[in-house]
Amino acid sequence: MSDMQSHNADIGGRRAARRKKRRRARYLARKHWQLYLLLAVPVALLITFKYVPIYGVQIAFRDYSPAKGFSGSDWVGLKHFINFFSSHQFGRLLSNTLTIGFFTLLANIPAPIVLALAINECRWRIFGKTVQMVTYAPYFISTVVVTSMIMQFLAMRGGMLNGFRDMLGLPAVNLMADPSAFPAIYVISDLWQRTGYGAVIYLAALASVSPDLYEAARIDGATIFQKIRYIDLPSLMPMATMLLIMNCGSVINVGYEKVYLLQNQLNIERADVINTYVYRMGITSAQYSYSAAIGLFNSVVSILLVVAANQIAKKASETSLF
Amino acid sequence: MSEKNGPGGQRGAERAGTAMRASVAAKARKNRPEAIRLGASGVIFHAANTVILALFMIAVLFPLVSVISRSVSSPSAVLNGRVTFLPVEPTFRTYLYVFRDRTIATGYRNSLLYMGCGTLLSVILTVFAAYPLSYRNLAGRRPLIFLFTFTMLFGGGMIPTYLVVRNLELINTMFALILPNAVIVYNMIIARTFFMNTIPAELLEAAEIDGASDFRTFFGVVLPLSGSIIAVLTLFYAVGLWNMYFDALIYINSQSKYPLQLVLRNIMTSAQYQSQMVEATGQVSDAEMMAITEALKYATIVCASLPVLALYPFIQKHFTRGIMIGSLKG
Repeated sequence: MSDMQSHNADIGGRRAARRKKRRRARYLARKHWQLYLLLAVPVALLITFKYVPIYGVQIAFRDYSPAKGFSGSDWVGLKHFINFFSSHQFGRLLSNTLTIGFFTLLANIPAPIVLALAINECRWRIFGKTVQMVTYAPYFISTVVVTSMIMQFLAMRGGMLNGFRDMLGLPAVNLMADPSAFPAIYVISDLWQRTGYGAVIYLAALASVSPDLYEAARIDGATIFQKIRYIDLPSLMPMATMLLIMNCGSVINVGYEKVYLLQNQLNIERADVINTYVYRMGITSAQYSYSAAIGLFNSVVSILLVVAANQIAKKASETSLF
Repeated sequence: MSEKNGPGGQRGAERAGTAMRASVAAKARKNRPEAIRLGASGVIFHAANTVILALFMIAVLFPLVSVISRSVSSPSAVLNGRVTFLPVEPTFRTYLYVFRDRTIATGYRNSLLYMGCGTLLSVILTVFAAYPLSYRNLAGRRPLIFLFTFTMLFGGGMIPTYLVVRNLELINTMFALILPNAVIVYNMIIARTFFMNTIPAELLEAAEIDGASDFRTFFGVVLPLSGSIIAVLTLFYAVGLWNMYFDALIYINSQSKYPLQLVLRNIMTSAQYQSQMVEATGQVSDAEMMAITEALKYATIVCASLPVLALYPFIQKHFTRGIMIGSLKG
């Protein structure tokens, strides 16, 4: 009996506390109405241009007709997905996408780390700063300019590559017309554009290493290689792991802008990825539901890859994104 | 409520701690005498290190310098592959043709307009979103933050977004380019981290005790202290909008509204466009036309990157700072 009573009192107390908390929340909300007002427009835009499209993803399971709208169009279930998976395009697109995505991911891990360590070890400060500034520059150049540069360099007449080959007595080649060269063109230009940017991130991580560690290494008489091996690299690991997890999604979500800009009729066999196909089917051919389904497949796989990478990293190194 | 915010507050303090440690470490590094002794292997290491750095620099610089050199070389030298690194028979003639071209001028004007309006809108809205979300006592802060960050992980994709923009009848207007991505969540998080780490909580409390409204605190106390983050955001958005291509490709269909990147793309790929442009220069022989076409491409590439490259020395300092804030967030 008394047990019961104390139990009830306990519940009552908790209820009262909860009520108090709610009242305080309401009070704070009313007091800070101006802050909510600041948030109003950004949240409205977020809902309109991010959440309404998420609601609109359902057209992947319908036959979208503009007159009937997102939720009024006829339900067709998995028709578009099955069409895509059984089309002859599917295997080609998936293998192109994964090849480009995987090699981009792989190449972008070591390059910025090497550059960051080299800049960090440079004793000639002005030189180090200059290298950092120069290597960072391509990141700000637009994709259109980068792809234009690539096309000019690889041009048959007057291109830089064939100029070099000519000097060496080799015949001219047209790499833009060679499908098998496409992944390499994409990955190398990506490295050119992003290594400096990545290095800046790693340099920030190196700057936050405790000076005590270096002091201890100095007292113990560590060599430069030992310092890099036992202090610098381990302190870059968490950042590297996090970037790796984040970029895992892009193995399938390859940067379509650049692929699209590098495509031509001669290399399209290898230079066609899922996202450029979505653009062609959706915007150019107006097959909205079919392309929305492919887009949905793409983003779901992308999320799965990120989550899987996150779980693996959590197990292996205790670093994780979420 | 305050208890609920405990962990968040603690994490904020930790972040501030990391930021402080980073700056202390950087200072300590600057004053640190040669920490590790330099033996014979050390000398070799530093020689090798310098070579590696030089290689990185050359690999990046070579294409850039070569494009600039080609744009100021004589068209026939470019076409015959006589330009490798430095200009051959320098001339600025091709730039005159580029400046005279009506379409490029329109593209420039459009790009400047989109960049100006878009940046203004984006910076204002990003700061408006970031400040309340950095305020620790805001009820519903966590769900609101989740509302923003969720869109980083999952989105409707190209087609549903396109349909929304089309249904709002924004196709072929500037708003299709500046509204959908007005607030980039990553930038909002950087700004929020900045507010949490650099605006002292005591200052906000003092303003509140003095009876200042939230608006007054925000516009009168917080914003005047936020010059550096506003500079970072301005540059992030401005560069992004200047370089934008795909959105314009999807949403803009009349040539008179094309931004510069789209115009550049047309010049690079459309033979019809190229011949129009070369005809305007008054060249007659086929060989000359072909040469001018090539030279024009290089000059247009340089012109399209000019605003960003001119600002680069100033920009890169701020971008670096932005990345640092972003990465310290962890």
